[in-house]
Amino acid sequence: MQTVIFKNPPVITFSSSVAGPKESEGELSHFFDYKLKDDMYGEKTFEKAEAKIMYSAIDILLSKSKIKEDKIGLILAGDLLNQIISSTFAVRNFNCPYLGIYNACSTFTEALLVGSLFIDRRYKDNIICATSSHFSSAERQYRYPLELGSVRPPLSQWTVTGAGACMLNVKGEGPKITMSTVGKIVDFGVKDANNMGGAMAPACADTLLTFFKETKLEVDDFDLIITGDLGVFGTRVFKDLMWEKGYDVSGNHVDCGELVFNINEKEYQGGSGAGCSSLVFCSFFMELFKKKKLNRVILIATGALLSSLSALQGESIPSIAHLVCIENMEGKK
Amino acid sequence: MENSKFINDNFINYVSKVSPRTNEVRTLFRAFWVGGLICCLGQSFRMLFENVFSLSDDVLAAYVSMVMIFLGGLLTAFGVYDRIGKYAGAGSIVPITGFANSVVSPAIEFKTEGYIYGLASKMFVIAGPIIVFGISSSVLVGLIYYFIYNVL
Amino acid sequence: MIIDYFMFLKVFIVGGLICTLAQVLINYTKITSGKILVIFLLLGVFFGAIGLYEPLVKFAGAGATIPISGFGFLLADGARKGAKESLFGALTGGIKSAGIGITAAIVFGFIFALLSKARSKRN
Repeated sequence: MQTVIFKNPPVITFSSSVAGPKESEGELSHFFDYKLKDDMYGEKTFEKAEAKIMYSAIDILLSKSKIKEDKIGLILAGDLLNQIISSTFAVRNFNCPYLGIYNACSTFTEALLVGSLFIDRRYKDNIICATSSHFSSAERQYRYPLELGSVRPPLSQWTVTGAGACMLNVKGEGPKITMSTVGKIVDFGVKDANNMGGAMAPACADTLLTFFKETKLEVDDFDLIITGDLGVFGTRVFKDLMWEKGYDVSGNHVDCGELVFNINEKEYQGGSGAGCSSLVFCSFFMELFKKKKLNRVILIATGALLSSLSALQGESIPSIAHLVCIENMEGKK
Repeated sequence: MENSKFINDNFINYVSKVSPRTNEVRTLFRAFWVGGLICCLGQSFRMLFENVFSLSDDVLAAYVSMVMIFLGGLLTAFGVYDRIGKYAGAGSIVPITGFANSVVSPAIEFKTEGYIYGLASKMFVIAGPIIVFGISSSVLVGLIYYFIYNVL
Repeated sequence: MIIDYFMFLKVFIVGGLICTLAQVLINYTKITSGKILVIFLLLGVFFGAIGLYEPLVKFAGAGATIPISGFGFLLADGARKGAKESLFGALTGGIKSAGIGITAAIVFGFIFALLSKARSKRN
């Protein structure tokens, strides 16, 4: 069994989000807690700005939840930069136990999953799960200098600037994480580092199919199937792969990457990055849960586990997807 | 490590079949007119130097490329060249201004890691191959011609 | 000053066509901008070395010298001229004639980098 069914499902009591300028112009703008006007955020470098974004998200979460720093059981955080420096430097300012995690863009569901295990076994309470990403710092690390007049290929995605954080508790008001599936690494051999949607879609389908098989649930049992950052093209591939196995997800599938920006120009594939799923989930979807508009969803974030070195060495892109099932338990009764 | 056991050729074929393509005609047209225009700008400097400063043919090309490199660097520093590049594609990559852009853009960006290990050492991350291949091939050409002129 | 409008037309067409050729390579293959520059440079060196680029420079002026292939031509041409004189000339001829371009790129790059800072993009 890859799927874990929690006996004591953790409650997502509070969430916070900090969004960059481009994200704040998108459709989800008024759901964000804090909107940056400048993505340097008063810092000298993009990396420092990203750490500050993550710090702000956790800080807002602490003040929303009114839980003191010393009562925090654990902070689970991750981002895209080498040695996950944004998370580390953000959490450095809090006097809290910390686990740094990395699974590229699927880090957020990985954090929820690990946090849920701690709560399920009652080892800890007040667990913060946070991830962040920053367009400019990711661009520096994975692609070209910002001022270089290079051509962005049509398959490329735009890394989300922002962070989302949420609080997991043993008790409280809010939706609960009831089940979770740990993904396997899937690599069908896509080598184009721009085509992350295409590389990640098989991993996403693999995890979701495993979940359906192991829990005997159907697509229609869920209000929404939320994917992390497949983008427009990845979504298409994902739907095709699910269709091939006899599942029609097109009716209730949404992709955070497609939601986060105003894609008027249709030039790019939508958002990506570790902050993409956390930013959208911790703002928009948490709000829908609070208003009881959602009852039961699957959140499945996908990650392309490549590095700039592996791409240059001609390696294909190993991908992974972790799934969490989130339910409004009160709504059910 | 054997990779072939997980690679799915059907999937690769399917992905390359359904991948969105660039709008060819549009990008070619943009590359053509922007590239042509940049060359015309160079030509007007050439004429200016020829007529006003009466420079000889030998140094003319060198001075023109110097001015164009200056302009490319300036537009990069003002943050304009990446926008031109987004519109024009190869039309702004291939002219010598694009070479200047590829030198100046990493230099600006990696300034945050210091003047020595950042700015100076990262200056040629993109343009370095041009220097390496350019000078190596010119030495090769020189040696071949030396052989032809002196031995044959 | 007499402006040769026909010359400008030739410059525009030849320069534009070289860039269009590069764009064709970008569109149909997955070649990135760094490789495009190296390929066109080497093409310039090659055609400069076998003496086919010089007529193009005579014909289209800046249309042939401004693209990076013109830089390659400059290198090859310098090496060939140097080779006529001595072995030392054969080795240094290329960088001698292209030196001004490299010097300009380094010096202007250094100055501009000191004066400016990286901005993030919005689109």
